[in-house]
Amino acid sequence: MAYTAQKPKIAYDTHELRNRIVGWGVDLDPKNRPAVPKEKFNANTGAHWDFPERQVERWPREKSPEHKFLTPVFGTACPPKGLSGAVRRYAYTFSEGRTAHWLLLLGADRLDVIESRLGALLRGRPDNPITETGVLSEFKRHGIRSRIGQHRADIKHQAVDLLLFAATYAAIGSAVYSLGRAVARGARTDR
Amino acid sequence: MRAMVYRGPYRVRVEEKEIPSIEHPNDAIVRVTRAAICGSDLHLYHGMMPDTRVGMTFGHEFTGIVEAVGASVQNLQRGDHVLVPFNISCGSCFFCVRELYSNCHNTNANASAVGGIYGYSHTAGGYDGGQGEYVRVPFADVGPSKIPEWMDEEDAVLLTDACPTGYFAAELGEIKEGDVVVVFGAGPVGLFSAKSSWLMGAGRVIVIDHLDYRLEMAKRFAQAETINFTEHDDIVMHLKKITDFLGADVCIDAVGCEADGSFFQVLTSSKLKLQGGSPVALNWAIDSVRKAGNVVAIGGYGPLFSAVKFGDAMNKGLTIRTNQCSVKRHWPRLFEHVKNGVLKPSEIVTHRIPLEEIAEGYHIMSSKLDHCVKPLVLPQAA
Repeated sequence: MAYTAQKPKIAYDTHELRNRIVGWGVDLDPKNRPAVPKEKFNANTGAHWDFPERQVERWPREKSPEHKFLTPVFGTACPPKGLSGAVRRYAYTFSEGRTAHWLLLLGADRLDVIESRLGALLRGRPDNPITETGVLSEFKRHGIRSRIGQHRADIKHQAVDLLLFAATYAAIGSAVYSLGRAVARGARTDR
Repeated sequence: MRAMVYRGPYRVRVEEKEIPSIEHPNDAIVRVTRAAICGSDLHLYHGMMPDTRVGMTFGHEFTGIVEAVGASVQNLQRGDHVLVPFNISCGSCFFCVRELYSNCHNTNANASAVGGIYGYSHTAGGYDGGQGEYVRVPFADVGPSKIPEWMDEEDAVLLTDACPTGYFAAELGEIKEGDVVVVFGAGPVGLFSAKSSWLMGAGRVIVIDHLDYRLEMAKRFAQAETINFTEHDDIVMHLKKITDFLGADVCIDAVGCEADGSFFQVLTSSKLKLQGGSPVALNWAIDSVRKAGNVVAIGGYGPLFSAVKFGDAMNKGLTIRTNQCSVKRHWPRLFEHVKNGVLKPSEIVTHRIPLEEIAEGYHIMSSKLDHCVKPLVLPQAA
């Protein structure tokens, strides 16, 4: 037991394991483990440059201030756009160590969703909550049977999802209503 | 081309996008033949990862055929069938030459804390991923490798992340002969961690989850003991009892930031985004491991702070080891294991989903429907 020097007998006999489990102990020797030691110098990574050639920067690419310069290669998916893009660019004035950096990015993500949904609506290809959430798989892939009587811990808080979903739409509805009312009031005052 | 695009939390769809082009002389364009949805894609899907932009294509596990190469590519040519590690790495920075490819300093302009990762938000570099018909693969001479003729493509796609990451978790645990290893999470990485723990000489491997069907797979695939934590008031106490009040030698958190088991943690993380993740599994690992034991955090967490019980970790003198797996470093050994029949990664594949139905694939994976463990995505161009 733990209260004396001897380790308690809490594991199986390793000779028996060797017979029972295919490959047992083949990497017992740390020499066989590829990530040991943690840092292993390798001159043959496939790179044939000391520093990579630079990718062309086609728009002012946002970068972490914790980098000395724009990395020689970078992703070009989804350049920042609109109000969310402005918030993202501002977020990248803060280092990764600052909470503001991450909270601004999370905020920009939510703005991006609103902008993108409105944009899709105006372009005539509105978002479809039924197909995009994949919710129809609930009927094809045993939605009820996958949950009932399964000891699942996540069932307990799924009501929160519905609450948050409803609260989001209630907040948007309330904002639209207040805006509409303010506009109507303004129009009446002008007359 | 057709590609999955993110439309906001819990929403994805398939759209027409431009086929990616060569943007750097060492780029390749790969026509995707197999992709996978990873458990960590769900963090993006659930809106947990900052700077996840609408319109982005996810997918960091994929295989495909080289369609075009940049002027400086030497090791690949058009028509090669390749597997591509989820890490984008330059091969020449301070970290890459030390085989820490996941920590590459030249591929992620948006953050210095992590290297580039395909389809994993702008926090991981802003690269589109492989859940589409084509993908841009930077540093084609460093990352991808030709799929050996003897290797099954479904094994290959799992060697791009899930399998090496699980194996790496066991390595980080510094397992010694006869050690008791507890793995929290019976998802793909947890399953590979459990299986790999045996390869490293563990004397007992216990897998914890709340999904019975996944625990069944842990028994079958990884020959592990299993415990459903919902059947115990206090899983830490139970683990102490079955280890004669010593605790496990090694605990692996293979769940990450969306761990269940504490309403408060789930509410403040996944639901309200007030912390970078719900560290329930990590806290259980810290509490269940023996003093001076090793805790491995291999499940993904967001960059924001999380309520981790660091005081217990300090008082117990724990070694906590983490990193994103540097996949390529592991391939020679893992290829041997697959060839010799020690590992058969594709045994954990449960679903094969056409790209056009990927929204349902995400819902199935996210809601754990239909006994889903690992869904593969089949692009039409394949």
